[in-house]
Amino acid sequence: MSGSYDRALTVFSPDGHLFQVEYASEAVRRGTCAVGVRGKDVVVLGVEKKSVLQLQDPRTVRKVAMLDDHICLAFAGLTADGRVLIDKARIECQSHRLTVEDPVTVEYITRHIATIQQKYTQSGGVRPFGVATLIVGFDPHTTEPKLLQTEPGGIYSEWKANAIGRSSKTVREFLEKNHKDDLSRDDAIKLTVKSLLEVVQTGAKNIEISVMESYGKVTSLELSQIEGIVQEIEREKEAEAERKRSRLAAAAAGQAAMSQRVDTPAQ
Amino acid sequence: METAFALTGKGYVLLAADTTAVHSIIKVKTDVDKIKELSPCLLMAYSGEPGDTVQFAEYIERNIRLYHIRNNFPLRPPSAASWIRRSLADSLRSRKPYSVNLLLGGYDTSTYMPHLYWMDYFGTLAEVPFAAHGYGSYFTLSLLDKYHDPEATVEEGIATLKRCIDEVSKRLVVSPARFKVKIVDKDGVREIEL
Repeated sequence: MSGSYDRALTVFSPDGHLFQVEYASEAVRRGTCAVGVRGKDVVVLGVEKKSVLQLQDPRTVRKVAMLDDHICLAFAGLTADGRVLIDKARIECQSHRLTVEDPVTVEYITRHIATIQQKYTQSGGVRPFGVATLIVGFDPHTTEPKLLQTEPGGIYSEWKANAIGRSSKTVREFLEKNHKDDLSRDDAIKLTVKSLLEVVQTGAKNIEISVMESYGKVTSLELSQIEGIVQEIEREKEAEAERKRSRLAAAAAGQAAMSQRVDTPAQ
Repeated sequence: METAFALTGKGYVLLAADTTAVHSIIKVKTDVDKIKELSPCLLMAYSGEPGDTVQFAEYIERNIRLYHIRNNFPLRPPSAASWIRRSLADSLRSRKPYSVNLLLGGYDTSTYMPHLYWMDYFGTLAEVPFAAHGYGSYFTLSLLDKYHDPEATVEEGIATLKRCIDEVSKRLVVSPARFKVKIVDKDGVREIEL
């Protein structure tokens, strides 16, 4: 008798919620932040890297994975769940090539991943994946970059720029304010780093950036390059603050002059 | 008649395969590519039952690629050879085995060594300095015995290969019209026009 209860973990609450799926979303919100920004002919993935321990090999901690020659994935949430999902996606990419002799499209693989995630909310004896993913890439024979997102419930959607994970709301609001269409490569990278700096206090050493420039051309930025961009952003911020200060000073001086005139009215 | 052969030299492996597709006694086409590029430094020439060959080669190709994506590094030639042999051996013991014969040529980028493997559909695997499959092997193996030099330059290797092709064209009853030749070395794989 008790068997049927044990197997049904994801059941509706009386007011229509699936608590297990909501807990999975909570796991995503506690995961490290990941940002995706689409430019004119480039798409950038930026992730917040947890500091590695002193004796740990940093190469074994990766949050951006290649699914195929032309598709990259970043995730936020439970790393182990992410790994399993990535492996399923990689197999599907090769399986698709084997059956139809064509690489997958970005939407196809996103839908595949989202479908797996959905299956784990409606089957017995399983729990949902505690990961949200950002999937970037180029469709075969096109030059338009793509950015899609999946969530633990199995929802998927396409974006110009988006963030998942810790403080993703802050980052998304920042992106909404600052994203423009047709960003150049450098501007897209800069916007990604800038938006990540909103939530990553420790700066360049905890940021990882991957850039996809065209079909199959992916580069990972070196720490020194990211440091350069962070410094540039800081310089700009400083200059902005300086301008603000001088404007304020000018305004105050104007104010003072005005009040002086009031004190000593013209004779 | 279907023929493929290969030889190693100083830092490279050369593979040659005929380019004819045959149905019954009819030549269907003469520009078939029977040498697959499995990874940046790995080539596989396949011959045998039509249909089986392509099906098996594509299956191998996708799995080698999957390994590369999963591990960021391609499978090295000795490991790839062992895995492919195992696939053939498993297939042989299934309900419908693949009848595919293979030559696997690769360059190991960690030890800077070229490798050549001879494989048949029974799952026999042998690492060899030169190899051949099909009727052409009856002529080319003796030539390679005489002229093969493991220290030969690419030019010398191609010259030996040409001897083999010429001999097959001269003596084999139904000789293939054209051969496709590919090389694998430290720079990867590429096709060679003879």
